Amino acid sequence: MKIHEYQAKEIFAAFSIPVLRGMVATTPADALKAAHEIGLPVVVKAQVLVGSRGRAGGVKIARTFEEVEEFAGRILGLKIKGLVVDKVFVTEAINYKSELYLGFVIDRRTRQAVMMASAAGGVEIEEVARTSPEKILKNQVDPLVGLHSYQARDAGLKLLGNAKQANQFSAIALRLYQIMIAHDCSLVEINPLVVMNDDKLLALDAKINLDDNALYRHPQLESLRDTASEDPGEVAARGAGLSYVKLAGSIGCVVNGAGLAMATMDLIKRYGGEPANFLDIGGSSRPEKMAIAMKVLLADRNVRAVLVNIFGGITRCDDVAKGLLIASHEVGVEVPVVARLTGTNQKEAREILQGSKILFADDMSAAVRKVIEVAK
Amino acid sequence: MSIFINQDTRLLIQGITGRDGAFHAQAMLEYGTKVVGGVTPGKAGQKAGAIPVFDSVAEACRATGANASIVFVPAAFAADAIYEAADSGMALVVCISEGVPTLDVVKLMAYLKGRKTRLVGPNCPGLISPGQAKVGIMPDLPFKPGSVGVVSRSGTLTYEIAFQITGAGYGESTVIGIGGDPIIGTSFIDCLAAFKDDPATEAIVVVGEIGGSDEEEAARYVKANIRKPVFGFIAGQTAPADKRMGHAGAIISGGSGLAADKIKAFQEAGIEVCYEPAEIATRLKARLG
Repeated sequence: MKIHEYQAKEIFAAFSIPVLRGMVATTPADALKAAHEIGLPVVVKAQVLVGSRGRAGGVKIARTFEEVEEFAGRILGLKIKGLVVDKVFVTEAINYKSELYLGFVIDRRTRQAVMMASAAGGVEIEEVARTSPEKILKNQVDPLVGLHSYQARDAGLKLLGNAKQANQFSAIALRLYQIMIAHDCSLVEINPLVVMNDDKLLALDAKINLDDNALYRHPQLESLRDTASEDPGEVAARGAGLSYVKLAGSIGCVVNGAGLAMATMDLIKRYGGEPANFLDIGGSSRPEKMAIAMKVLLADRNVRAVLVNIFGGITRCDDVAKGLLIASHEVGVEVPVVARLTGTNQKEAREILQGSKILFADDMSAAVRKVIEVAK
Repeated sequence: MSIFINQDTRLLIQGITGRDGAFHAQAMLEYGTKVVGGVTPGKAGQKAGAIPVFDSVAEACRATGANASIVFVPAAFAADAIYEAADSGMALVVCISEGVPTLDVVKLMAYLKGRKTRLVGPNCPGLISPGQAKVGIMPDLPFKPGSVGVVSRSGTLTYEIAFQITGAGYGESTVIGIGGDPIIGTSFIDCLAAFKDDPATEAIVVVGEIGGSDEEEAARYVKANIRKPVFGFIAGQTAPADKRMGHAGAIISGGSGLAADKIKAFQEAGIEVCYEPAEIATRLKARLG
């Protein structure tokens, strides 16, 4: 789960990482009020859960109150990478000497957290990693011991060249790692970490990604979830324990298992169709869950046909069949449905669906061909 | 022969009295796995069907001589169950539980370093050596004894692929689902190394998906070390960036983890890439006859 910059900065402040004062606004009038409180000049920043906000025109420096209102008005409602901006963060604007990068991620290869630090701050770190990986200092963190002060200090010395600032850098790095552990983050990042004109360090931006698997032990963080910026279908599906991602195509898919669901989408595309979604109904196959899956799917007006691809194991084909019947009674399924049901109780499933309008296919390839045909 | 499990595997079920644990304990037993005991703290002395239940792994080990365990306990308690199994000297622990916090697994893997316990998973379907033992939750239908080794990050897609292999008349030596989480105990490379040394395995199928770079590393390993025919499949070519596709590990981020890069790495390593499950059957036939 991603959270907004302003939310991440609240966490930073609670861990004594220096940040600038700021306020959230949802209207130009509120932004103006915030600017009066903070004092000019201010930066108006789009709060949206994607990167490259600046490049998309989502970050502006306002030197007058007129500009604050004007920029807030322009940024609110702006679409950045498909997401509509409904909040801005108004903060002090400051001058600074240089920009650094500091972050911790979980490195899948070494199965440890790794501290990444670079003098090339202010640009996307993925870009730096691609073009000049030597500019990124990497330090593995022993999970049983935690980040050593000396590791952080060494990185600080290499980047800043003097002990005084290296100590500041080290203190910030240790706190950032503490945040990662305390909140179960998959990523914590300061980009840029700036050296101000008085030589002090400050987190000008803040990014925190939380591990969805660990949210159960941080109920206070669940409340930071911004469902307004998510697809309503995805929110409804999550509530029902389904994993759903909306796409732009016309063929809806209901599949058990994430890998098979992706392979099904790929095959639709390979045979000339466009998948409307990723949907994994998961392991358990209560008929009601299946019915909810169909509801979520059919709420997408682009869907012209549905493919149900089940390889039954724990998921029982007869439960899926019952769910399909419930869905057709409750929601009314007006588009053609092609079902491929293999595995546990496949015979019973066919019997249940006998007399319904559902089309059958014996294997995955045949099912995909058929659904593309009926979607035309 | 097979890898990691065989007819000598003596299995404990951790979380045997839960819904999933109870169901799959019976299914594994029926398949022929030597399920020697179960563990649920506070329920010692009970029986799950014919399987004796113990309060702790240590106690169960003493009484049964178990050498492997499978974990069905809820995600919040899974790490503790794995520590317990490792401290009792289990050679193999398979964690089925889904949703284990990533940092729990990070710590766990540091703890297991230098110990003899192999962890498979978490969030995996387990493994099966057809005709010998099943330590997992897969249906029996798609599997048959044979000579093809399969390693996969997925569950049902693995069944689909095995179904194709079996349908083509080959069968499998061992099929292992290593799990869809970002941090897992047993990697592609661990399995490839084991398949390389297993005389019963004549060909290997690697089933990968978007996210991370495990497939790229597996490809490098294959190129440098494996002379047996290797086939590959990658799921997620149509997945959008920055969206988690069900599995916590299946996410394209910052332009890395793309299916296209993995397919390219496979091809460069001489791995025959299949673009749909049914293609596995035709490619196996073409190569193995």
